Amino acid sequence: MTQDELRELYRELILDHARSPRHFGKLNNVSHMAEGINPLCGDKLKLYFRIGENKVIEDATFEGSGCAISVASASLLTDTVIGLTTCQAMDYFSAISELLVGTRSDAAGDKADVDLGKLKALQGVREFPARVKCATLAWHGLHSAIQQRNAPVSTE
Amino acid sequence: MNQLSNNSTCSDSTTSIAECRADFPALDQKINDHPLVYLDSAASSQQPSSVIDAVSSYQKHDHANVHRGVHTLSHRATEAYEGARDKIVSFINANSRREVVFTSGTTQAINLVAQSFCRPRMRAGDKIVITHLEHHSNIVPWQLLCEQTGAELTVAPIDEKGQVEILPLLAMLDENVRLLAIAHVSNALGSVLPVKSLISEAHSRGIPVLVDGAQAVPHLAVDVQDLDCDFYAFSGHKMFGPTGIGILYAKEALLEKMPPYQGGGDMILEVSFGGTTFNDLPYKFEAGTPNISGAVGLGAAVDYLQNIGMANVTRHEQETLNYMTSRLADLDDVRMIGTADEKASVQSFMLGDIHPHDLGTILDHQGVAIRTGHHCAMPVMDFFGIPGTARASLAIYNGKSDIDRLVQALQTARTIFG
Repeated sequence: MTQDELRELYRELILDHARSPRHFGKLNNVSHMAEGINPLCGDKLKLYFRIGENKVIEDATFEGSGCAISVASASLLTDTVIGLTTCQAMDYFSAISELLVGTRSDAAGDKADVDLGKLKALQGVREFPARVKCATLAWHGLHSAIQQRNAPVSTE
Repeated sequence: MNQLSNNSTCSDSTTSIAECRADFPALDQKINDHPLVYLDSAASSQQPSSVIDAVSSYQKHDHANVHRGVHTLSHRATEAYEGARDKIVSFINANSRREVVFTSGTTQAINLVAQSFCRPRMRAGDKIVITHLEHHSNIVPWQLLCEQTGAELTVAPIDEKGQVEILPLLAMLDENVRLLAIAHVSNALGSVLPVKSLISEAHSRGIPVLVDGAQAVPHLAVDVQDLDCDFYAFSGHKMFGPTGIGILYAKEALLEKMPPYQGGGDMILEVSFGGTTFNDLPYKFEAGTPNISGAVGLGAAVDYLQNIGMANVTRHEQETLNYMTSRLADLDDVRMIGTADEKASVQSFMLGDIHPHDLGTILDHQGVAIRTGHHCAMPVMDFFGIPGTARASLAIYNGKSDIDRLVQALQTARTIFG
């Protein structure tokens, strides 16, 4: 193995979002939230969403601590889902699952033909099976929040 | 029966301890195209061929149930199992084999003490004292006990170096304390606790002491009679033995008074529906068919360590630890976590603002295995205000070249994170 795979994992975009996470902090008038825990490495993220009557995600933020992959993934998630409907957001959840673990989540049905855009920066994680959970943590939080489950999601 | 052969290449000279690496087949491999550097022995150590062969030979030739049959294999299995117990007795200098109970590991040993020794004699208002640097396995069994009995768990503080603050601890040892339960060596910080003097202080107040020795036994000579501890718990898999086997040492007078932890076969003398007479020590605490092959492997691990000599083990590891600490300190942006005056085999650290988990991946990519995370010691991480650490931990098979590889891999991590 060369350093190329490491560079692929820690792309500049990932490092940028890890160092300067977007939409970081608490949110006013939260309608949906979720907590994600990765007991293996101690990552702990809280995701906050304000979802309107029309099921549009009006705003999203997150807080907590985690590795570069989990923080960047959460940052990219919030950047992506603001302005989307919950259905569209679930399409992204499904597409991310497919990108990272190669299996399509049933949660979003079949129409996961979304353009991942900058989320493709996460694809280097595929070569590091031990780190897939870091990248998916926030996305499971999104799924849980939209389903309005109250229990924290865990990667284990 | 299988005679354990002494096929270690180690001798008693420090220089040849470096040769120990060749005794451990798992170390002879490449990980991600780099020769493996294994710096995670505090989580679980690798096994030398002598241990692997002893277990294999037992399974191939001698296996049957113990203490049960008149046939030859049952006799051989019993001899192998009890022979391993005798090795432990001599290794830790127990007074007799009646004081050495096989368990599944340190965790079960501590739970046994919590439930069999403490629970029957605890009432609401009683206290158990532990320290802030304990592994979860020396925290949670006491929390369960406190829930069951209404007792209170009291935690002695640590300082910025990761050392237990002795005076506050001693001040906690009042007349309501029923047990002091302390680590011998901290798994996350490497701090060596002054257990002998703490035991003496506790005894002067009439308080018995349990020592969690999981991180001490592989690295330091342990003499339970010299320490005068009441209970001493440790695990096989951190001292070159198999997983699923460990030891509870306890003073005979205490074990005599304790009810069995679990009921079942082998722990009884006579059973009728009117009542049961329990077996003698230590079998009263070994219900069911035990981990015989694990015990055999643990016995072989003891042979391996004793052949090298614990004084040589300690000397070699201290030298490697000092080298590691100074090489890490030379890196600009390293924050050492755990800088106790007396330490063993472990260095936890942070590198810049790189999350430990990212470090772990980058190091693994270069063949260097370290532990990252909270090390089952979340209160320690809270104390230092960090989510986790990178932890490099040593065993006798590690040398300076391993440390050089670690430092080189950390420099790569810094390059990647810019």
